[in-house]
This record gives sequence, C-alpha cells and structure tokens, in this order.
Amino acid sequence: MMQDSQPSGSRDPLLKVENLVVEYAVGGKTIHAVSDVSLQVARGETLGLVGESGCGKSTLGRAVLQLRRAVSGRVLFDGHDLTAMQGDALRQMRRRVQLIFQDPIASLNPRRRIGDIIAEPLVISGVKDPKKRQELVCEVLSAVGLDPSLVIGRLPHEFSGGQCQRICIARALVLNPEFIICDEPVSALDVSIRAQILNLLEEMKARYGLTLLFIAHDLAVVKAVSDRVAVMYLGRLCEVGPSEQLFARPAHPYTALLIEAIPVPDPDVRPAESVPVGEPPSPISPPSGCRFRTRCPRADQRCADEVPELRKVAPDQFAACHHPLIAAG
Amino acid sequence: MTEPALLSVEEVSVDLPTPRGNLRAVDHVDLKIGAGRTLGIVGESGCGKTMLSRAILQLLPKKAKLSGRVMFDGQDLVRLEPERLRKLRGRSLAVVFQDPMTSLNPVLTVGTQLIETLQEHLELDGHAAKRRRAELLAAVGIPAPEQRLMQYPHQLSGGMRQRVAIAIALSCEPKLLIADEPTTALDVTIQAQILDLLAREQRRRHMAMILITHDLGVVAGRTDEVAVMYAGRVVERAPTPALFKKMRMPYTEALLAAIPKIDAAPHTPLPAISGRPPDPTRPIQGCSFSPRCRYAADQCYREKPLLAAAESLDHQYACFHPIQITAGVDA
Repeated sequence: MMQDSQPSGSRDPLLKVENLVVEYAVGGKTIHAVSDVSLQVARGETLGLVGESGCGKSTLGRAVLQLRRAVSGRVLFDGHDLTAMQGDALRQMRRRVQLIFQDPIASLNPRRRIGDIIAEPLVISGVKDPKKRQELVCEVLSAVGLDPSLVIGRLPHEFSGGQCQRICIARALVLNPEFIICDEPVSALDVSIRAQILNLLEEMKARYGLTLLFIAHDLAVVKAVSDRVAVMYLGRLCEVGPSEQLFARPAHPYTALLIEAIPVPDPDVRPAESVPVGEPPSPISPPSGCRFRTRCPRADQRCADEVPELRKVAPDQFAACHHPLIAAG
Repeated sequence: MTEPALLSVEEVSVDLPTPRGNLRAVDHVDLKIGAGRTLGIVGESGCGKTMLSRAILQLLPKKAKLSGRVMFDGQDLVRLEPERLRKLRGRSLAVVFQDPMTSLNPVLTVGTQLIETLQEHLELDGHAAKRRRAELLAAVGIPAPEQRLMQYPHQLSGGMRQRVAIAIALSCEPKLLIADEPTTALDVTIQAQILDLLAREQRRRHMAMILITHDLGVVAGRTDEVAVMYAGRVVERAPTPALFKKMRMPYTEALLAAIPKIDAAPHTPLPAISGRPPDPTRPIQGCSFSPRCRYAADQCYREKPLLAAAESLDHQYACFHPIQITAGVDA
C-alpha cells in the first residue's frame, strides 16, 4: 500500500526532470531518443522506469547524470540544475549520484584488482589517506555480502556475474551517494542470482537511505522493487503511477500490452493469443501524434493529429492517452 | 499413448577438456519426445541445456567427447555418417538459435538464404523455390515478404530476424525443431509474438519441438512436458501441469519461488537461492544441489540421487527428500 495519498509532485523531490529532450545524430538523421519527458523522484523513493529496447530509458538515465547532454529541458537534482553545470561543479554533484550498469563483468576493468576498482571513486573525489580508503572499501564489500579479505586482491575474471554485480554495487556505494541509477542491473543474471541482487539492492537502499531510479524491461522485476513505475514508449512517457495501482488498473493501452505479454509461470494461465502485431517504429521518424498509435487497438484520427498530454486518470496516476482504459475519477 | 518416441536421448554425457581439467557439461541424460509434442528444457546458465541440444544436433565443439545414444526417427545420430547427418539436419531436424544476428549470414540477402536451404534439401528448381520462399516469409508473419527477400539481416529488427530464422528452420517441414532460447534476445511484446508463432506453426505441422529456456514462465503455458536441468543433469521431469502443481525437486521449487511475481506487492523480499551452481570442473560427490538446498541431509552430501519415477511413470525426480506438500495455495 502506498501510505502517501498526496500527488507525488508535492512530496520532497530529490530529482526533477523537466521537459527533457535528448537526440542523437546518426548519419545525417536524428534519433529522437527522449522527447519531452518530465519525471520526479521523491527522496527515499524507488521509481521504476520500464520500456522495450530503444524506448529511451537508458538514454534518460544517462542524461540525468549529464553523460549525454540534453537538447533542451532541465534536470534538477536537489534543486540544482545539472544541465547548467560543467566541470568541477558537475563532478561534485556526481558524487551524490551513482550508476550501476547491466553487464557487471564489462563494467569492471579486467586488469585491476577489486580493491583498487572500488577505491577509485574515493581517489577521484580526493580521499587522500590510503588507510581511510581501505577501511571504506572493506566496509562496502562487507555490506554487499563479500568477504573483503578474500576479494580485494583478486581480479574481476575470478568472479561470477552475480558477484561482479555485487562489486559494482559496492563501487557505487563507496562514496555514500544519495541517488543511484540502476540500468538493467539484473537482466544479465540468472533467475536464482537475480533474486539475490534484487534483495541486496533493497537492503542497501534501507541501510544507506538511498533513492533509486530502477531502469528495466522486465515489469515483474520492476514491480518487485518500485514504489512508482513510469512506462516509456519510443522516447515518450506513456504512463506513471504507484506500482500496485498501475499493474492492477493500467490506463495506457501500451502498459496493458506490456503486462499481458509477461510469461506467467503457471500452466493454468493460458498465454494471451491476442498480443497485437507489429513492432515499435523507428525513433528516426516516430509516428505523428501518439507514438504508440500504430500498434494500438484504440487508435483513431485524433491519436494521429494530436500528441496526448500526460493527464491524471486516478490518484497519483497519469497517462498520456486520448482513450485511456480507465476514465478520470 | 505408447507411440514410439521420435527422439530418444539415451545415457548421453558430454565432456569438454578445459585448462582447468575435464568439464562434464552433460551428465547421463535420458529424454524422450514423441511426434508433435513439446518438451521444455529449463535451467540456468551452465546447466548444460545448450550442450545437450548441441549433442542432439551433433554440433558439439571438436574437442568434446560424447557418450550415449541419440536415436532420432530410428537412427542413431551419434554413429551416422557425416553426409547422411548433413542431409538430416535442416531437413527433418531443424534449429533456431538465440541470436538471429549471428545465425543468419550477414552478407547474403534473406531471399538467398532461404533459397539455399530449399534447394539443398528439397531439390526444388529455381522457380518453385522462389515461389515457396515468399510463402514462407508470409507464414511467419513478415509483412511485405517480396521486399524483405531483397534485404540483408542488418536491415531487419531483432524480431524480424528471428522470424526469418524460423522461416528457414521450418522451410523443409522438419519433424523436430529445437528452439534454443529463441526469445531471450527479444523484447517482451516481441517474445510473446514469436512464442505464439512457434506454437501455431507447430500445431499446424504436427511438428515436435524442444523449447530450451531459462524462464519457467515461458514453458508454463506452452509445453506438454518439462525437464529441469541442474549441473549437467536432469533433476526433475514431468508433464507441465504436474511439474508446476506437484513439484518434488527442491531446486525446481526454489527456481520458481525466485521469480518476481507480477501479483506480489512491491518490496516483498524474494526467496532467493543462496550460493551459486557448482563448478562443473569439480564434481560434487553427492547431490549437486545439496550445498544450496534447504532440505539437504547427510545422505544428500554422500550419494548422488538418481532420476527415478515416483507416483506416476511420467513424473521423475532425482532427490532423496522430495517435497511432499502440494505447491500453490488451492491447487
């Protein structure tokens, strides 16, 4: 149950993304990766961000950290506009925001020892005393369930994927950040390991008082950890709302399609045979109006003419659809 | 009921020499599949499911050592001459791999790749083959097939590429299709489309299928029978409904429990399986799941449980302490 009935905007937002637009130039063409997306993440909250490949969810995560500069729009972190920051000021802010990637093995330098990998952010941020660094490294390693004495001197290839992800989480935690962007942190892991890492993220969130942006394509995984969920399609936000409410009563037809397409591990639940045909169109020339209209069973002329605005459909739940599955209460 | 099996895998083991010693990838596996049936093989990375499929197809790495028999349609594939094996593969024994980008030839058009298979196996003349290939693409749900024939794999989306790979696999009306993680590289809405396509074509052609996946959700609604693999062995095998309702092997139970459920409340801790699968170069004396199993007792650490039938002939499991209670709340 959500204990908070206020609209999410009026809670204390740690991160505010306002009308963010990110584009890539590829071979003389423009990829509209993120188009006019606005989001908020309240302090202490986990916001799940779901969508299929190419929907712009990872780009959005990177644009928050200014690893990819926005064409327009603002990213406010704790009131500071990151899009206006450069150099040292930005580096200082980045200490407070960390990133965990999908492929844990590829995101660790194969030639460096684990102890050095985790100490690196401390070196960069100016912790000069090696003893102090060692102490902090050992502390985070124990926190993520690894024995520092067995781990520090070893190289990444000596560890399994799940252990490497623990190491990446330790590296993200070592600067004691407030906000962590998790970009598909468990999709490269096996089912039994995935559950361990999801539980670990929840534990770390409680222990370090973190706020999380959890990016994933798997709705069940997102629901397991998120207070609220935002759904993206082809660069635009379709729907955002409290997790349980969104899954019980999706308003956007795309959210409903995603939920329907999840394979359920129960032989009595026959797979829906009615999954709409077609694939997401190219983000180089997205459809006019609502970008989902080419696959949407409810689409009409209005959907082609007019970009749907994000509108309130239920308490705390907003959908960008001209013909939502639930009407505003 | 007692239809002779189309494929019967008998006592198959696969050993791979590695710098760290011998790796037993597949360990004494027995499996059967009847014509027109679907068998799901489920397991995590390194459990041997892909090596098993390669052993069936006789596509193992050169250094691998295979023992046992693979009887397909009355012939032992292990002892078949290479020329006859080549004729069989692609004709009555077809395969779809996980990554369609690497299984398709990047420098040939889709049309050329389809023609190759058709002419090789069906000896169709150019005209007939050309007509046939457009039909095949249409059958797997590719819009504007005539245009797609002229395109190269990189011009297609992942889902479209997998459809092409399926069209090629189905082109010679195989008796058995092995689909090895066919949807793992695809998005969830595309995954559902591809699984629907496979199911539809299978019914239509009365073709048998082995669906290999790491996802119990994928096999639940789409297979007749499931074999769960762990550390190179089949640890439980049952008709799909029985496996989900009356699972006996603690690993199966733990694997199912570890999947996040869409109807669970957010922030519910997941019952994770502690530890990780054993190192296959260092075999464990007893049950290979025993170090991670919450029911493990003395015997489990000393002896290897054999896969044996229990209450019914078609439900087998390898466990000394099977789960007795019925899974699910009101099953």
